[in-house]
Amino acid sequence: MRFRRPGAAPAADDVADPARGIELRGVGHRYGQRVVLDGVDLTLTEARVGVVGANGSGKSTLARLLNGLVVPTEGRVLVDGLDTRTQVRAVRRRVGFVFQDPDAQIVHPTVAEDVAYGLENQGVPPDERAARVAEVLARYGLAGHADHPAHLLSGGQKQLLAIAGVLVMRPARVVFDEPTTLLDLVNARRVAELIAGLEQQVVVVTHQLDLLDGFDRVLVVDGGRVVEDAAPGPAVAAYRALMAVR
Amino acid sequence: MTLALYVPGTGVVHRLPAAAKLLALAVLAVALFALPSLAAAGAALAGVVAVGLLLARLPVAVLTRQARAVVWWLVALLAVHALTTDLRTGAHVALRLLTLVLAAAVVTATTRVSEMVRVVEAVCAPLRLVGVRPARVGLAVAMALRFIPVLVERADRIRAAQAARGGSPRGVRALRTTVAPLLVQVLQMAHDVSEALDARGADDDPSPRRRAQEAP
Repeated sequence: MRFRRPGAAPAADDVADPARGIELRGVGHRYGQRVVLDGVDLTLTEARVGVVGANGSGKSTLARLLNGLVVPTEGRVLVDGLDTRTQVRAVRRRVGFVFQDPDAQIVHPTVAEDVAYGLENQGVPPDERAARVAEVLARYGLAGHADHPAHLLSGGQKQLLAIAGVLVMRPARVVFDEPTTLLDLVNARRVAELIAGLEQQVVVVTHQLDLLDGFDRVLVVDGGRVVEDAAPGPAVAAYRALMAVR
Repeated sequence: MTLALYVPGTGVVHRLPAAAKLLALAVLAVALFALPSLAAAGAALAGVVAVGLLLARLPVAVLTRQARAVVWWLVALLAVHALTTDLRTGAHVALRLLTLVLAAAVVTATTRVSEMVRVVEAVCAPLRLVGVRPARVGLAVAMALRFIPVLVERADRIRAAQAARGGSPRGVRALRTTVAPLLVQVLQMAHDVSEALDARGADDDPSPRRRAQEAP
């Protein structure tokens, strides 16, 4: 039980409203003079959301906005009603982020230690930490590698480790930035199946269009704007048409 | 390249606290140099090997791999002493170095990096008074161990890419043509890693005071 001083501001958990999902209100982002995103207004409440677009279209910046890795230069991004500009820690506890290159995401030398890293940051007690790490490693087929050096894993195993390191923190939502780009077909399929089986809300940025089968909603980003926002069928058709004229 | 040496086990050496093992290693280092006897150094080497193989039950390969890594240094030391002092002194110096290398291998093979990091954090705790965050120091140690093999792999990849295009620079030119692109990649990776650390809550502090600040 937590006690609060009379008159103190409410904790982030008390004001969060999960029903609101992820909201982008008039969002724009610039790197210096270069406009990367412009006039993006979205409310993402669907369980499965895909984002596609050409290289440099702004889709990775859009993904990074969703857990506060990037703060918009215009507008606001709200997660469960929490502003990524002012409540970034609370937002990051709600939104996990899986990067394209697992080598940049694995920060500890051995597998179990790396999975435990996020839990240490959250102040999870050692016994609970060990149990949650063991459970996640078993679920993703890494239990036999718990004490192995991370750099000796295969590319597919590294991506599974990177995903395990995020999911062990039990975020309500997970953003994947091109999670299968560096993987072979077998490992890409494993990661796709893993994503399909998640209970969390998932936002996937990808160039692999078959990853979006069964998704609820797909956004097509081009020139820093969302130019199509529809079910996977029509959205992918619009994206193909857009790329065909380039 | 094998930097993370931890070998899982449940023996008495594995169960010893990391701080005790690191302290024992420090005491051994001082004792080896305090006792100017070849026999004592030989006994220490035998003791370290016995602890590693019999008590910790480490595979012989763990110790031989470390010994092989320094064998040319030992030969060089022997040669230098043979020329400048005498062979006995050279053997003594080489024996001390080998003993310490193997003792360090036993400690790292029986201790998880996270346990070592906790010792580093505990040692650095007083530095909080001057604004140092011990958790950051511990993370830096763990990340150094994690990323050395990654950087070696990236350097190998750059050399392979150059070789595939007919380049086989040597000497200073090889250093320049490898170091410059490696530096660019390292800086890019540092940016990516800093994003990943942010995403995984590196800035979170589990202390109740910091949690209270989370309130809007």
